[in-house]
Amino acid sequence: MGIRMIIRRLGGGLLVLWLVSILTFLLVHLIPGDPAEAVAGENATAADVERIRAELGLDRPVLEQYVTWFTGVLRGDLGRSLFTDKTVVDSIAGSAPPTLVITLMAIVVAVLVGVSAGIVAGLTRGSRVDRAVSALATLGIAMPSFWLAMVLVSVFSLTNPWLPATGYAELSEGFGTWLSHIVLPSTALGLATAAELARHTRGCVADVLTRPYIRTARARGASGGWLVRRHILRNAAIPVVTVLGLQAGRLLGGAIVIEAVFGISGLGTLAVNAVLQRNYPIIQGYVLLCAVVVVLLNLIVDLAYGWINPKVRTA
Amino acid sequence: MTLLSVEGLTIDLPGTQPGLVEDVTFEVNEGRCTALIGESGCGKSLTSLAVLGLLPPSVRVSAGAVVFDGVDLLTCSPRQLRKIRGGPVGMVFQEPMSSLNPSMTVGDQIAEARRLHLGEGRKVALARAKDLLDRVGIPNAARRLAAYPHEMSGGMQQRVMIAAAIACDPRLIIADEPTTALDVTIQAEILSLLRDLQRDLGLAVLLVTHDLGVVADFCDDVVVMYAGHIAERTGVDDLFYRPAHPYSAALLAAVPQAGQSRSRLTVIPGRVPTAGAFPPGCRFGPRCAHFTAPECARPQPHGRTRCGRVASGDLVLEGALHG
Amino acid sequence: MTLVTRRASAPKIPGPARTSPGRRVLRGVLRRPAVATAAGFLLLLIVLAVAGPLISPHDPDTQDLGNRFAGLSWTHLLGTDEFGRDVASRVIQAARIALAAPLISVGVAVLIGLPLGLWAGLRKGLVDAVAGRLADTVLSLPAMVGALAILAVLGPGLVNAMIAIGIIFAPGLFRVVRGATLAVAEETFVDSAVAIGSPTRRTLWVHILPNIAAPLLVQVTILMGVALLAEASLSFIGLGVQPPEASWGSMLKAAYTNQFDAPFSVVPPGVAMVLTVLAFNTIGDAIRDAVGLRRGR
Repeated sequence: MGIRMIIRRLGGGLLVLWLVSILTFLLVHLIPGDPAEAVAGENATAADVERIRAELGLDRPVLEQYVTWFTGVLRGDLGRSLFTDKTVVDSIAGSAPPTLVITLMAIVVAVLVGVSAGIVAGLTRGSRVDRAVSALATLGIAMPSFWLAMVLVSVFSLTNPWLPATGYAELSEGFGTWLSHIVLPSTALGLATAAELARHTRGCVADVLTRPYIRTARARGASGGWLVRRHILRNAAIPVVTVLGLQAGRLLGGAIVIEAVFGISGLGTLAVNAVLQRNYPIIQGYVLLCAVVVVLLNLIVDLAYGWINPKVRTA
Repeated sequence: MTLLSVEGLTIDLPGTQPGLVEDVTFEVNEGRCTALIGESGCGKSLTSLAVLGLLPPSVRVSAGAVVFDGVDLLTCSPRQLRKIRGGPVGMVFQEPMSSLNPSMTVGDQIAEARRLHLGEGRKVALARAKDLLDRVGIPNAARRLAAYPHEMSGGMQQRVMIAAAIACDPRLIIADEPTTALDVTIQAEILSLLRDLQRDLGLAVLLVTHDLGVVADFCDDVVVMYAGHIAERTGVDDLFYRPAHPYSAALLAAVPQAGQSRSRLTVIPGRVPTAGAFPPGCRFGPRCAHFTAPECARPQPHGRTRCGRVASGDLVLEGALHG
Repeated sequence: MTLVTRRASAPKIPGPARTSPGRRVLRGVLRRPAVATAAGFLLLLIVLAVAGPLISPHDPDTQDLGNRFAGLSWTHLLGTDEFGRDVASRVIQAARIALAAPLISVGVAVLIGLPLGLWAGLRKGLVDAVAGRLADTVLSLPAMVGALAILAVLGPGLVNAMIAIGIIFAPGLFRVVRGATLAVAEETFVDSAVAIGSPTRRTLWVHILPNIAAPLLVQVTILMGVALLAEASLSFIGLGVQPPEASWGSMLKAAYTNQFDAPFSVVPPGVAMVLTVLAFNTIGDAIRDAVGLRRGR
């Protein structure tokens, strides 16, 4: 992929981020009635309301508010939580690690399980294995991740006390402890995506198998692992990578519920509490962060796509 | 002298059509070019794919033998078959665009057969691939090795296919409509390349085509197929001077002739029957100008021609050329 | 699995001589065992939702604290919950929300996405540019995150949650409708309709809508399942259904809290939900395959 292409994608990403920033900024202003009163709650005193109004900058013209807020965002200043003294950046930075770790591990689970199952199913289309994979994938897509999480907990924590049912451990508490705490959450989160990936990979592999160039390769004497590695996987990977990029964003959203099941205080917990308390600066920060992560993911996917697909690379 | 002999090959489409290709027998001799001709859908491509066991999974060979150099490819082990594919038998397909791997450099695709069959390392095989690109007339071969198929024209792609097919010094090339998807001027270049290679390397060629011009130009022996049957087996001169099957004669009459722009182009009425709808007796019967009941409604003789009337001397056909 | 072969092998059905292609597709789809089962299940669900109070073995809200976490029995087919309420009756009662909640979301999505998509596909111009950009922006957020942001404005609650989900669905629906409309608008019969002076509204109703019905139907069916999952997720984290109202999602939350005491209580609402989502997906996929649409992203 040429430099010009990367710059264009980057520009597109920045535009989206800017639009997201406008939408998140407007969130507060979309609240029916007086936002300051709504945020302060029913039992607030007039002084509280005024304090919140000032905190949110609602006493100034909208455009000025946006410019102030946005220049702050650019400097990495997202404001302060309305109910604690912490800055939004500190709150988010404090909650982010478990969420990011679980999400990343869920991607790993999804790719390992989903892609390999999809490859096997696609290569043996119509076989018993293929039908089993397809059936499991259909089920996995229809299953809420938090229910899967509860089932996993009941099997691996309650019935058999192999893994902890709740909580998160820092890596500093030892690798084994850390890993034992993230296995169940990331598996529960990743399996639905694995199901999507398996389905998609199966379709792509099966489609590649019908292509004339596979016949050419076989006519050349290629077979078995050689054929799979050099001719099938690379071509099947091209569409799979795109789906993975789209799914990775979804995992970030799915982490909200998974955190609730496993009692992990990550970004999702922070965001849910912020919604319940109407703590707008936190919500804005959270939404912006998610948008940044998704845009970055898309950029990475674009780069990977260009790397795999020579037609894009030389375009 | 016989390099490849196909004996009684029968291909079924299970459930729908037994005898998609039925009892096909012909030979390809060392250093000679045999043409397999017929309209699309007559089973000539299936026959050529069956030789190397490359049929799509939906059809299967139910009878017959394909003997290459003394080995029956239909019953030999998969290992043995893999050694022959891309080794002593190379294959060229139509539509080079879709028949080349889009995400692999042309150099790697040409080198692949040498790595697989001769165990050469990537570097050595690529060096040989460069020579092969030179051999098939691609300029700037060293630089082109790293190119991807989509960066080349159709003619260039087909040259790459040919280079890959001859990578391991084969004795037989099976070319399945190698020029059909190309522009007319490119067609001539590719054909002359194939002819040069055949002469220089002493290759035998099984050329699948529906183009009688190509046959006249290039081939020694001809196998005419119609609706899964062989209509006749003959030499190229005999085909044009003395066709022995009404279908061959009709094909010849349908070729526009230079210098006779005013003559009417004859068209064979009707269509090739689809699988599952073959008529009893002569499969060409319903479209044949010489159809006579009840002879033609009976099973037809096997042999040089599958037309009972021609075989018995009852019918004499006119060639396209007189001499 | 082409339609042609299926139609060819199917017995001749007596009926009106002229059936629309859409109806024929639907009939073909319904003849598949998996789809028929899925449709039957949804029908059962509708019956339960409408006639629930008549069918349920117990009153779903009657507490019986002396009989908490009862196991499976003939009186309590699926046992009782932490307040001794009959689980089977509560699962049946929650069927209403399981159907109503997705309907709200999909309704909101259609209300926003359909007119904008039609307009953008047919007229292009400013509406297309602005709506397209906005759709890209919303789609750049994970659905749950977007829903959370909207709930921060609307406040928690089932209806609000479903409206939020609907708003998040709208851009996807907009894209599907716009794409299909663009494709249909290229067809000559639309050109000729416009050429003979057919007003835009008539063109839309008579020429465009019937021709984009298939992709729209597929999208709507799949979204029903996704919406149910989203409702469950939001109810689970406390932003959806508020007690004492029960949805399968909130029942799962309660079951989760009491997982030590009553591990089985996780099963009934979860299975009900999985089956329902499965039914929606099965029907959606089957229609998609039947009308030859490519599996979308």
